[in-house]
Amino acid sequence: MSVQHAFSFAFRFFGEVTRPPFHFKEVVRQCYNIGYKSLPLISLTGFITGLVFTKQSRPSLADFGATSWLPSLVSIAIMRALAPLVTALICSGKAGSNIGAELGSMKVTEQIDAMEVSAINPYKFLVVTRVLAITLMLPLLTFYSAFVGLMGSFLDINAHEQTSFITFFENAFSTISFLDYFTSLVKALVFGFTIGIVSSYKGFHASKGTMGVGIAANSAVVTSMFLVFIEEITIVQISNFLRGS
Amino acid sequence: MAGNTFIPADTREKVISIRGLYKSFGDNQVLRGIDLDLYKGENVVVLGRSGTGKSVLIKIIAGLLLPDEGQVNVLGMEVEKLNAKELRTLRLKLGFSFQNSALYDSMTVGENLKFPLVQNSKHLSQSQVDKAVAAVLDAVGLSGTTNQMPSELSGGQRKRIGIARTLILQPEIMLYDEPTAGLDPITSIEINKLINEVQEKYHTSSIIITHDLACAKSTGDRLAMMMEGRFIREGSFAEVFASNDKRIKSFYDYNFIQ
Repeated sequence: MSVQHAFSFAFRFFGEVTRPPFHFKEVVRQCYNIGYKSLPLISLTGFITGLVFTKQSRPSLADFGATSWLPSLVSIAIMRALAPLVTALICSGKAGSNIGAELGSMKVTEQIDAMEVSAINPYKFLVVTRVLAITLMLPLLTFYSAFVGLMGSFLDINAHEQTSFITFFENAFSTISFLDYFTSLVKALVFGFTIGIVSSYKGFHASKGTMGVGIAANSAVVTSMFLVFIEEITIVQISNFLRGS
Repeated sequence: MAGNTFIPADTREKVISIRGLYKSFGDNQVLRGIDLDLYKGENVVVLGRSGTGKSVLIKIIAGLLLPDEGQVNVLGMEVEKLNAKELRTLRLKLGFSFQNSALYDSMTVGENLKFPLVQNSKHLSQSQVDKAVAAVLDAVGLSGTTNQMPSELSGGQRKRIGIARTLILQPEIMLYDEPTAGLDPITSIEINKLINEVQEKYHTSSIIITHDLACAKSTGDRLAMMMEGRFIREGSFAEVFASNDKRIKSFYDYNFIQ
C-alpha cells in the first residue's frame, strides 16, 4: 500500500461526499456512535486534564504570587492545545480502532465485496459516512472537552482561592482570542478527518483473516496518533505566525 | 473437448462470454487462458480442486478483480472496460452468493435483505420492501427469520439468506461460490435443490463454482473441469467423468472416498 494509494483513497472522499446518493441516516448513526458514545470518556479525561493542570501549575505561579493568573493560564492551555489534542488522541483510540476493526472485519469476511456486487458503493456507505461523522463530531467534542476541563480547573481554584464561578470564567475567557477558537476548530476538523480517513483506509485494506483485523485496528490508532502530532505542530506554527509571535 | 477452451457450438443467447482470460497474483499465475460461454437459462458448473482459480474467475466476472489479459463480456458489456457507474448498473443484474455467505453481521436478516433493495430502489414504499423481503425469504424456505441476527443462523441457513439477498434484486445471472462448502450432506442436498428452484422460478442463468461432485451432478447442465488455471474437459457430468484423464479420475475417486 503506497503513500500515493493512501492519498488517492483520501482525496476520493471529496469527490464522493458531494455526489448523491447521500446516506444521512448512516451519518447520524455514526455521529451517535462516535460522538455521543465518546462523551463519558471525553468528560472524564477533559475534567481530569483541567484539574491536574491547575494543580500542577499553582505552585509555580504561587512562587511569584501570581495565582490570580491561573484561570487565564489554564484557559489558554486548554483551548489552544490540550482540548483539541487530548480529544483527538482519545478519539484515535476509541473511534479509530473501532472503525479500523469494523471495516477490517467486513473486508476479511467479504462483506465489503458483498456490497460491491449488490451495486452499493462501499466507499460512500462505509467510508464517507464515518469520515464525515468523526469530522463533524470532533469539533463538538473538543469544545465540550474544553468546557469540562475548565470546570475541573474551576473546582480546584474555587477550593483554594474561593474564586466565584463568574469571576473565574470572566478571567478565563478574557485572554482567549478569536484566533484561539478558530485554530482549535481547524485543528479539530483536521484531526477528525485524519482519524476517519486513516482508520477507514487501514480497515478497508485489511488482509490475512482475523489477524489482519487486529493489525488494521492497531495500525489505525498508531498512524492516526502519529499524524495528529505532526498536524498539531504544523498548525501551531501557522497560528503562531498569524499571531505574529 | 480440446485443451483449455469451453465453447460449445450453440445458437442460444449468450449471457456471458469469456475469451483468453489470464490472471496472476505476483508470480502465481492463477488463470491461464480461460474461454467460457454461459447461455441464457443454463447452469454451468466450474469444477475443480481448491486453489485452481475458480473463485478468481467469478470475481473477475463480477468486476471484483481485473484480468491481466482477455475479454469478459457479461450481458453485452465488456466488464474490464466499464466505469464505476456502468459496473453498478451491470451488478444489478448479477447475483453473487459468497462461499461464507458474507452477511452483514451487524444487521438482522430482514435488514440484510432490505439493504440492497432500499439502496438501489429509493422509490419503493415500506410495504413494497417488506413484501419483497417476505417473498425471497419464502423462496429460500426461511420465512420467520426476519428478526434473527446472522450469528443465530446455521451454516445452511446463512447460505440461504445469502442467496435470498441476491434474489431480492431479481438478477438475470447467479454466480455461486462454493455453495455447499462446509455443509453436511443433507443441507448440501437442500442447497442444490434451492439452486435448481432459483433457476426455475427466477429464470436465472448460473455459474456454480464447486469442488463437490454431488453439487455438480445435481445442479449443472454443463460441467467444466478446471485444473491449474485451465479447463481440461467440458460437457455433461457423464461426459466429463467418462474421460481417461488421470487427473479427472483421481478427482472423482477422491470425492467418492470423501
